[in-house]
Amino acid sequence: MTEKPYEYLLLRHRQIPELDNLEIYRQNGGFEAFEKAVKTMQPAQVTEFVKASGLRGRGGAGFPTGLKWAFIDNNNWPHYVTANADESEPGTFKDREIMERNPYQFLEGVALCAYAIQAHHAYIYLRGEFWQIAARLDQHIAALHAAGLLGEKLFGSDYSLQIHTHLGAGAYICGEETAMLESMEGKLGQPRLRPPFPPSFGLYGKPTVVNNVETLTNVPLIIAHGPEWYRTIGTEKSPGPKIFCLSGRVVRPGNYELPLGTTFRELIYEHGGGILEGRPIKAIMAAGASSSLIIANDQALDTPMDYENVPSVGGSLGSASVIVLDDTVSIPWLINKTIHFFKHESCGKCTPCREGTYWMQHLTERVAYGHASQQDVALLYDVASQMRGKCLCALGEFSIEAVISGIDRFRPDFDQTVQAPPVT
Amino acid sequence: MTDHNQKLVSLTIDGTPVEVPEGALIVNAARLVGIDIPVFCYHPKMEPVGMCRMCLVEIGRPIIDRATGQPVLDENGAPKIQFGPKLETACTTPVSPGMVVLGASEKAKAGRKDILEFLLTSHPLDCPVCDKGGECPLQNLTMGFGPGESRFLFDEKMKMDKHVPLGELIFLDRERCIQCARCVRFQDEIVDDPVIGFYQRGRSLEIVTYSEPGFDSYWSGNTTDICPVGALTTTDFRFRSRPWELRAAASICNQCPVGCNTTVNVRREASTGGNWTVKRVMPRQNEQVNEIWICDKGRFGYHYATHDGERLTQPLLRREGELQPASWEEALGVAAERLGQAGSGLFTLVGGRLANEDLFNLQQLTDALGGQSALYTHMGGGELTTQLGFAPGTNFGDMGAQSVILVVGSDLEEEAPLWWLRIKQAAQRGAKLIVLNARSTKLDRAADWVLRYPFGAAAAAVMALSNALSAKRPDLPEAVQELVRSPELRQAAKAFAEAQDAVILYGCDSMSLSESASLAQACANILLATGHTGRVNNGLLGVWPRPNDQGAWELGYRPHPDLAQALLSAKTLLIAAADPVSDDPSYQAAFGSDQFVIVQDLYLSATARLADVVLPAQSWLEHEGSFTSAERRVQRFAPALQPSTALPPITTSRGSNRAQLLMAARPDLQGPQADFAIPALLAARLNLDIQLSSESASLVFLRMAQASPAFAGLNYQRLAEVQPQWPIVGREDLYYGGTTYENSQGLGAHLSLPQATPSLAWPQLADFKLPKLGMIAFPITRLYDRGATLLRTSFLHQRTGEPYVVLNASDAARLKIQPGAMVRVNFTGTQNAVIVQARCSDELPERVLLAPRSFGIPIQEPIAVEVKPA
Amino acid sequence: MLAEKYAQEIQTILAKYPTDQRRSAVMALIYLAQRDKMFVDRKDMAEIGEILGISATEVASIVGFYSLYYDQPGGRYRLQVCTDLPCALRGAEQFLQELCHRLNIQPGGTTSDGLITVEPVMCLAACDKAPMFQVQSGAGLEYFENQTVESALSLVNQLRADAARRRGRNDND
Ligand SMILES: Cc1cc2nc3c(=O)[nH]c(=O)nc-3n(C[C@H](O)[C@H](O)[C@H](O)COP(=O)(O)O)c2cc1C
Ligand code: SF4
Ligand code: FES
Repeated sequence: MTEKPYEYLLLRHRQIPELDNLEIYRQNGGFEAFEKAVKTMQPAQVTEFVKASGLRGRGGAGFPTGLKWAFIDNNNWPHYVTANADESEPGTFKDREIMERNPYQFLEGVALCAYAIQAHHAYIYLRGEFWQIAARLDQHIAALHAAGLLGEKLFGSDYSLQIHTHLGAGAYICGEETAMLESMEGKLGQPRLRPPFPPSFGLYGKPTVVNNVETLTNVPLIIAHGPEWYRTIGTEKSPGPKIFCLSGRVVRPGNYELPLGTTFRELIYEHGGGILEGRPIKAIMAAGASSSLIIANDQALDTPMDYENVPSVGGSLGSASVIVLDDTVSIPWLINKTIHFFKHESCGKCTPCREGTYWMQHLTERVAYGHASQQDVALLYDVASQMRGKCLCALGEFSIEAVISGIDRFRPDFDQTVQAPPVT
Repeated sequence: MTDHNQKLVSLTIDGTPVEVPEGALIVNAARLVGIDIPVFCYHPKMEPVGMCRMCLVEIGRPIIDRATGQPVLDENGAPKIQFGPKLETACTTPVSPGMVVLGASEKAKAGRKDILEFLLTSHPLDCPVCDKGGECPLQNLTMGFGPGESRFLFDEKMKMDKHVPLGELIFLDRERCIQCARCVRFQDEIVDDPVIGFYQRGRSLEIVTYSEPGFDSYWSGNTTDICPVGALTTTDFRFRSRPWELRAAASICNQCPVGCNTTVNVRREASTGGNWTVKRVMPRQNEQVNEIWICDKGRFGYHYATHDGERLTQPLLRREGELQPASWEEALGVAAERLGQAGSGLFTLVGGRLANEDLFNLQQLTDALGGQSALYTHMGGGELTTQLGFAPGTNFGDMGAQSVILVVGSDLEEEAPLWWLRIKQAAQRGAKLIVLNARSTKLDRAADWVLRYPFGAAAAAVMALSNALSAKRPDLPEAVQELVRSPELRQAAKAFAEAQDAVILYGCDSMSLSESASLAQACANILLATGHTGRVNNGLLGVWPRPNDQGAWELGYRPHPDLAQALLSAKTLLIAAADPVSDDPSYQAAFGSDQFVIVQDLYLSATARLADVVLPAQSWLEHEGSFTSAERRVQRFAPALQPSTALPPITTSRGSNRAQLLMAARPDLQGPQADFAIPALLAARLNLDIQLSSESASLVFLRMAQASPAFAGLNYQRLAEVQPQWPIVGREDLYYGGTTYENSQGLGAHLSLPQATPSLAWPQLADFKLPKLGMIAFPITRLYDRGATLLRTSFLHQRTGEPYVVLNASDAARLKIQPGAMVRVNFTGTQNAVIVQARCSDELPERVLLAPRSFGIPIQEPIAVEVKPA
Repeated sequence: MLAEKYAQEIQTILAKYPTDQRRSAVMALIYLAQRDKMFVDRKDMAEIGEILGISATEVASIVGFYSLYYDQPGGRYRLQVCTDLPCALRGAEQFLQELCHRLNIQPGGTTSDGLITVEPVMCLAACDKAPMFQVQSGAGLEYFENQTVESALSLVNQLRADAARRRGRNDND
């Protein structure tokens, strides 16, 4: 690695100390993009830029961001922006670092999105555990008001904007965008039927853009440097930088900002320092607890991490929360862990998820620790399969990924536990 | 669903071609052609939520060529259909042209089986001891579509509480609940009482209530109908019988003037000596009246009408100053003799709880004897509702953006709950709602304009609305000048005048008889002036205190302006279903010692205690008859309980000898008799030249239709007609709508409107002012009162509470009255006084005291009172 | 009464939302109600409902749904150890066991002084810094990352000392 050091675009605080100070952020070009947009660009032009950049949502679904903004219904007002800072997927911890260390770039992204859709109020929905981050963000927002970067008639235009924080209180499902909107409205965080989608029926029934923190943090870059520049990073279909959250049995877990399309091998072995104690790698979960288990063979390790290629090895990129498993990890134990999570977090609105996760938990518990039989494994597989395609939202659908792929791809682990259950 | 102006969409469901209005959901489209797609969370009266996933179907849509916008055709020229990878929910998906729905394919059936298996993993499967067993959607659908065996280990089932009282009326079995949220959504969306909700999440979700008292809503019973499992049950019905033992009789609720259609479920029981007993009252679908809902008063308040230890079972005759049991022969003999002597000295007082047939026969008898009759009520204006009332075909359910609804002088949810509900829904559909009252009511929440008038100024307030529309502006009392100046009043008046359709509902909240009559006149004026009469969805409606007051007005009964005087001056009194002495003990003085008093009633009421002859009457559950709702809809009720002794058939006729012969051949009368039968029996003994049937209500009705123009053209057959209703509920597949709503016994029929319409008249406007000293008590109406009928449903007592009055907090402070303390209320100018609880309100003006009617507080009209700590 | 005690804060919270959407403030108001005693009771729920124009039951539903609200008294401090998959892969479960053992409680239990409840929780977005936990108290929430049992125990001691100091102050009042 003798090339010039990587220049951070999202985790810029790693190179610029005290970037969470508005002065420092502005000295480094901060809020120029927003000022330029409000002064010189039509709102639709901002959306066009984002569309042209090819930016895709970093919250998990990878939906083209500009297209989402363009869907906003202009016959129904007011419009809202809601930033998704719920970050609760096991293995995901990137939005937190952005908000703690590079908050103004994120807030500038929120402001640009709001300007693009002409929203005058934007909300940041933070998981309740981010209490301190919310308090800090409130201070940053106050600083922006003081600096004339938020508030009434910005930069002498007619455009006004307020940004508010809203704290959740411990519910993974509130990361699902419609559950988040319900929660913001003071209701149970249960997903809504879709369609209609938030751009036509969102917060308070009004057209709303919901974007992930990291997604929005990309936007100032695009407006400042232009979509062509942005497209030089990453791949053709997955442009831009991405923060990969590396966790599990690796030497150096943490956030790694890399272009989309970097291989698993580079992330895990170069940046992450390889597997603890130099053990063999067994499997990879590329999208947190919601992912299927990718068998970590050479083919998988050499797969570029982007929205197109990860599916070819039986996974998906999601929010790029890469959990690494080595040969010490028993897959029955692991799925018991993930199912406990989903059972705990199922909102209970739809039958298959509510009952399926509960049932699976009894089975995984038995399979992992109890005296399970082969029939129990088969039944677990059946139960998971019979949830597939029937849930109201993706939580239920995600909950079976590790179970099904685990049984399909790591059958010997199950045979082993069934024959010789571990003593507990 | 039945709007014919809508664009139609064609599709096929399980091979059957269907044409339905655009926007219809697949479940409902299927239903129209008799295909049942099973549902749990979907309910045709509520917004779809798609959460239970029971209604999964395969959906194919024609492939559209992007370039041409036309469907791509296959080799046979049929559109190519593309099916989605997943099953979709029929309850949330609207139809689209050319859609192909497969609800019975292997894939769809497998999907349903999977969902049922999931639901059953948590279900206790305690059908044998479940009240819902036999009419349970989950049970039925499991038999129809479920897996044959359970793969879930029984000991791993979630253990939850099984007998959770959500209040005194509704019990919850947490293990049976399938989290469909129907109950929660009903309370929130339909009746705006979000007092039950989910607690926890995931598999731990459970229904809770945090209101005081628990499940504090007048609508709670409906949740037990729509709950698709046995999770919610009523205190009244739980553990008291099994659905398959029950017989059903079509009935009409007699608690208020709405006339909700009900089904009375009865069975014979050893505990009542083998007699028929009511086990429950359920709503019966009538989309023009109550849709599929009833309030809890209607559901639970029937107990007074059933066999009860205190019911009168035989006539009483006053002998040596004491009321003593007598035979019908004796009692009728004495009564007939005194009636015969009374002539024009007869005064007949009837209550609006009586059926049309009862009222007709009583009137015929009184007229034949040359006596006078009157309706016992505290509300006037019926002359106008009989002329300007709802035109046939009027339906709150059809009111929407083209309508304006004015509610004045009424606390609608307390007085006629179903109208509150239906008007709120009309407002949600876009109807403009004006609520004009002296105080706030729950309907305010749904209103476009909430306008206030000072106590005592209801009629003037409506005149102010009229004034806002016309150049001629007659002077109005000082009291309403502030209202006159309000811009909202002008906006509301304008909306009223410009609306295509407009209706007014007026009540008698805080009013005297004459004030409510003036209010009716003021309402009539504005309807006439704006042309909102004589057409469908236009007209005047009185929110009467009794179920059949409208019928009484239609038959020509009128309240007496000075009832005490009328009673006092009568020689013989015939009183049916009225108990003035309970309402106001000072009426006792109106019963002179040389009067002869005949009372027919269910119980030995305070008035009956003063009588010379007391004749036991049947309740409306024991005989056949009809009521006329305030909407002028005539509806039949069937005898749900066979009376203990059948009445021998008799018809009085000119051939009196023959009648006497027949009488002689008949066994003695025993037990209570129908109110219409008693005057017929008396007429027979009096040899009067009238034909009154004592046996057949339908014959009475025929006579009434001949004699009374209002009822012309109607007969029992007409009233028994049914038309298809939407939604289609009440069939075997009760999972769709809820438990037993079938209406096969008739939707009733509207009275026609008279040809001639009245002209404008000037209402009496008194310039009422609150006193500088002392207080005025104003009567209000509460749904749950302490009247003789409701008190007999003992489990409602806690909801009713003790007698109370409400006064302003600053009055209370001035009078040194703590909120909740007992106060003595002396009624100025009478001997009456009561000791009741004082409640405080910040909303009331000073010097105003609210006193609920039928709470043992002698209040019929605004009256000066003196209040002090007790 | 919250309305009096936190009048200013309630106004600030309500100002975030459109005037006809006061219900949005329910989550923030529940945190306020929880501030003093680390749980909310029926009275709090009824009052919040009144402030927001919703029913007490609707407030209760929110309390019940979200895991950071408590309807029962517990420790004043809730020491919540993430034992979710990524942390578990780095020894979080042993950490929790050991910590509880040293405090002489079971996971989910509260120390005998009633001060500290130690419980496992789901992922806290700190997966690269296991073992870690958060400490929730009425005053808010704080993260403690890359922990050892010893560092956790010294924090516990510090919390106890703080509490004792505060009690002492109150006694002197
Ligand atoms: C169960 C579930 C949890 C989710 N959690 C999050 C989350 O914590 N943060 C997030 O940004 N998106 C989350 N999402 C994705 C959101 O629904 C949504 O797609 C995203 O916020 C859109 O933003 P983006 O287009 O910028 O990615 C979640 C989705 C599901 C189904
Ligand atoms: S109690 Fe009945 S209606 Fe309510 S959620 Fe449970 S199953 Fe549905
Ligand atoms: S999801 Fe369609 S009926 Fe419940």
